[in-house]
Amino acid sequence: MAHVEGQQHPLGVYIKVWAWLFVLSTGSYMVDFFHVQGYTRWTLILIFMFAKAGLIVSVFMHFKWERMALSFAILIPPSLLLVLIAIMTIESDYTFLTRGTFFGGGS
Amino acid sequence: MAPSDSDASVAQPGEMAPGLAGVAADWSSDQRTFKNVPWGKAMMWIFLLSDTFIFSSFLVGYMTVRLSTTVPWPNASEVFALSFGGEPIPLILIAIMTFILITSSGTMVLAVNYGYRKDKAKTAILLLVTALFGASFVGMQAFEWTKLIVEEGVRPWGNPMGAAQFGSTFFMITGFHGFHVSIGVLFLILVARKVWRGDYDTEKRGFFTSRKGKYEIVEIMGLYWHFVDLVWVFIFALFYLW
Repeated sequence: MAHVEGQQHPLGVYIKVWAWLFVLSTGSYMVDFFHVQGYTRWTLILIFMFAKAGLIVSVFMHFKWERMALSFAILIPPSLLLVLIAIMTIESDYTFLTRGTFFGGGS
Repeated sequence: MAPSDSDASVAQPGEMAPGLAGVAADWSSDQRTFKNVPWGKAMMWIFLLSDTFIFSSFLVGYMTVRLSTTVPWPNASEVFALSFGGEPIPLILIAIMTFILITSSGTMVLAVNYGYRKDKAKTAILLLVTALFGASFVGMQAFEWTKLIVEEGVRPWGNPMGAAQFGSTFFMITGFHGFHVSIGVLFLILVARKVWRGDYDTEKRGFFTSRKGKYEIVEIMGLYWHFVDLVWVFIFALFYLW
């Protein structure tokens, strides 16, 4: 067939990303190992998480090279989840307060 | 230009607009939207999108019960610690599992690459190595579950360390992920066998879909495998480290 045979890229890109994934995973493990707490912990964990996810999706799953029509179709719908997260945070706060009020801190 | 291309609906690469204009053009082309993307790959992406929502629902559910419980949440760092004779090392098994899954993602991406170069032997071997890493991941998970159930007494309805929801969310989320890895291992072995047999060189038709076998199937398989790794990134951060 005339169209280009799939995704072919130099191996170097993959090796680099692979190495980075190891570094970032070690980073997030270190956060726990050294008992980093509070906001520093959440910030670091989320940064490492999104960096890893970004590298996997963009390079290993080839979104870097796909047409935007595809990557938008796949990446934009999950952003709706932010709404769900927001709603459920409010809801669980309310549940927590209600439990505190009516069960006196029990289960 | 030879008009022999059977994919007549696909615009020639030269005509395709880049960037946002390309998004608008692709979606309004009155043809297939995903240019240069084989049917199977688009379907795999759409499946992965739906799977994203499944795992997200689990994780948001976990967030909700964790935020709303008035009982302290068990400390994952201690629960999942493992000692090799001496001091317990926090989360060590989970860290090893994470590295195994990343390594398997690396071998997978190499398999895709060698597949498109039509290097049968390397592709098949790399796929099998990926499957082996995947199987060892599932094995470690089985070990982790056993330890948690037998030694720590964690049950889906309660545990001695704190909030009861810890067990239910843990078994649900990691169980579903482990199931995905297991299916992935089977899928990998199946594809490796087809590569080895040369099905993608001879374009042998699949027994189920009757579509011609092509090396893009290795890439589609890869998308699934990387997705499993991707989900683990979120589980590792949100469940084990949070």
